[in-house]
Amino acid sequence: MERFYTLAFVAGIGCFAIAFVLSLVFPWMSLDDYHGMEYQTLEQLAAEPSQSFIDLSTSYPEAFKEAFGEVNPTTYAEALRDGRDIYVGQACWHCHSQYVRVVSNEEQRFGPPSTAQEYENDLNLPHLWGTRRVGPDLAREYGKRTNDWHIAHLINPKNVVPKSVMPSYGYYFNEDGSPKRDGFSLVTYLQWIGTTYKGDPQP
Amino acid sequence: MQPTLSSEPLVNYKLIKLHLTAASIALLVSMAAGFLYSLQFLGFYPFPGSEMLSPGHIRLFHTNLAAYGWLVNGFTAMTYYAVPRLTGAKVLSDKLGMLIFVVWQFVLVSTLGGFLFNRAQAIEWGETPTGFRPGSFDMNWIPVDAIIVVGAVLLITQFMVPIYKAREQKFYVTLWYFISGFVWLALTYLMGNIIPEWVLPGAAGAAVTGLFIHDLVGLYVTPMGWGLMYFFVPLILKKPIWSHSLSVIGFWGLAFFYPLGGVHHFLISPIPDYVEFGAITTTLAIEVVVTTVVVNFFMTLRGKWSALRTSFAIRWFYAGAVMYFITCLQCAFQVTWMFQKVIHFTDWVVGHAHMIMFGTFTFWLFGVIDWLWPRIVRREWHSTALRAWHFWLSTTGIVVMFFDLMIAGLVHGFMQRELNHWTDIVDMSIPFWWVRTFSGALLLGGLMCGLYNMYATAKSDVEYVEENHLIPATAD
Repeated sequence: MERFYTLAFVAGIGCFAIAFVLSLVFPWMSLDDYHGMEYQTLEQLAAEPSQSFIDLSTSYPEAFKEAFGEVNPTTYAEALRDGRDIYVGQACWHCHSQYVRVVSNEEQRFGPPSTAQEYENDLNLPHLWGTRRVGPDLAREYGKRTNDWHIAHLINPKNVVPKSVMPSYGYYFNEDGSPKRDGFSLVTYLQWIGTTYKGDPQP
Repeated sequence: MQPTLSSEPLVNYKLIKLHLTAASIALLVSMAAGFLYSLQFLGFYPFPGSEMLSPGHIRLFHTNLAAYGWLVNGFTAMTYYAVPRLTGAKVLSDKLGMLIFVVWQFVLVSTLGGFLFNRAQAIEWGETPTGFRPGSFDMNWIPVDAIIVVGAVLLITQFMVPIYKAREQKFYVTLWYFISGFVWLALTYLMGNIIPEWVLPGAAGAAVTGLFIHDLVGLYVTPMGWGLMYFFVPLILKKPIWSHSLSVIGFWGLAFFYPLGGVHHFLISPIPDYVEFGAITTTLAIEVVVTTVVVNFFMTLRGKWSALRTSFAIRWFYAGAVMYFITCLQCAFQVTWMFQKVIHFTDWVVGHAHMIMFGTFTFWLFGVIDWLWPRIVRREWHSTALRAWHFWLSTTGIVVMFFDLMIAGLVHGFMQRELNHWTDIVDMSIPFWWVRTFSGALLLGGLMCGLYNMYATAKSDVEYVEENHLIPATAD
């Protein structure tokens, strides 16, 4: 029991391998096979630019032209990817979760509970579920707020939520409130979160 | 049995000193970052308009420096002391030691630089930049993850070679933990940073990141911490560990059950229920394992209770052990669905994490530093009063923080369930966040006492005399 090889191979590799199979390979296989999920690449997700992205281009035509040029699947994919990078890099996911549970009346507060299928895409690699909610969950926020609300909120959260403790992200926006490239991307990504859920997001 | 200092050529004190210095700086920056971050919630964040020094970035500084700066450097320093003493062989190479030191500090600097430029990786507690854009192979930063793997492999080579050379001996329990702990470190890091980043998205990926957070604590920090306790407690108390059998149970219990509990970080989620139930059950089993270890430590102290008064190291160790037991007991409850419904996503978990990482493992490292530092710099402690301040400020701070966040978490959880408006939950939390900032200030104050004392000790001119520090070998 106290030999080098026992400790290194049985405890070190063996026990790790058991855990690897039970808590990684098993859920992966059962999610994959049993639920028959389909994976979506970024190109597939971005095939049709969202209304929010189109609205941004018409609300801020000059700033948008400078940042992305025109609305097409390529620029939309870029905006989603960049927006997500900011969301990750600024650690947004440490204060906002992205999954709705079936307990604690979350269905009534946020909307329908999360399903495994909606996370099967490039923008959930890695997933951004989060483990802490200083602010509310975002998985069912899409379509509930306008672009203007998001921009006002990001510039200074207290503009729209007086008691908010969220930091300001004003540096992604110009003096006149029009977004810079990063601001466009962030709003586009925020408006995208959860749209892979096929159904009504309303509680 | 008289302790001797004749082992000097065996142990490389210079490397220990370097790693301890780096660890101390990392801890100071980490805790200062945590303190600054807490100010955001009170409306006093000092750099509101700065993209680079945003609260999100500062939070990443806090957690990553605590893990890769403080704990890794600290444990490495202690391993440089323990492994040669236990095997009778020097570590592989002193030059390799310098290389490892440089590599790890480079990892820290490039990680922090990456955070400033939004290059964090979306793996909790493994935010060290991959160097690539998420989900692709477009390079955008230094590939820190890869360097960490190199650093870990070098670290493992450095310590596994002397252990391997001594394989014909009967190993002491500390070495069991080190052997498997080093294997786990490499496997855990590779698994947690590659699979969810490039291979498994969504729910299956969440199972992996859950396993990663859990394994980093359970399969690196815990084996190192337990191993060092098993080494230093008998060394300082001058008596053997109480039960060899219990340490066998503790070791194999940890090895078998601990890695199975990873999914409990994402309970009641789209991860299949049977996986969650498995994680919950094994987490409950870990509680039994932890109890055997804690009982072993306390039975070892039996008959030597006065050491709690006379030795600061023992005081740190056992305060840490009490908090360890409390945290693990808490874990056995919070892992159930009944508790998860309420406390997940709240400050309860934050309190739990601070109690285990600061109240236990950091306390144990402080204890070892208290014992080892005068022996490394060959000077008597500059001030006993500062040692006491360090201990009591840290203890008061962490206990206040733990209970404060636990209560805040419960209220948050119930308010969330009762469908209170979200801003009311935030409003409710603010007094608790004030208490948290205050308790954080206590921790920071304690640390400054400790660090200043270390510095003043190194600069002092009072020679260290081993004979003045013997704990009486007789029982109370």
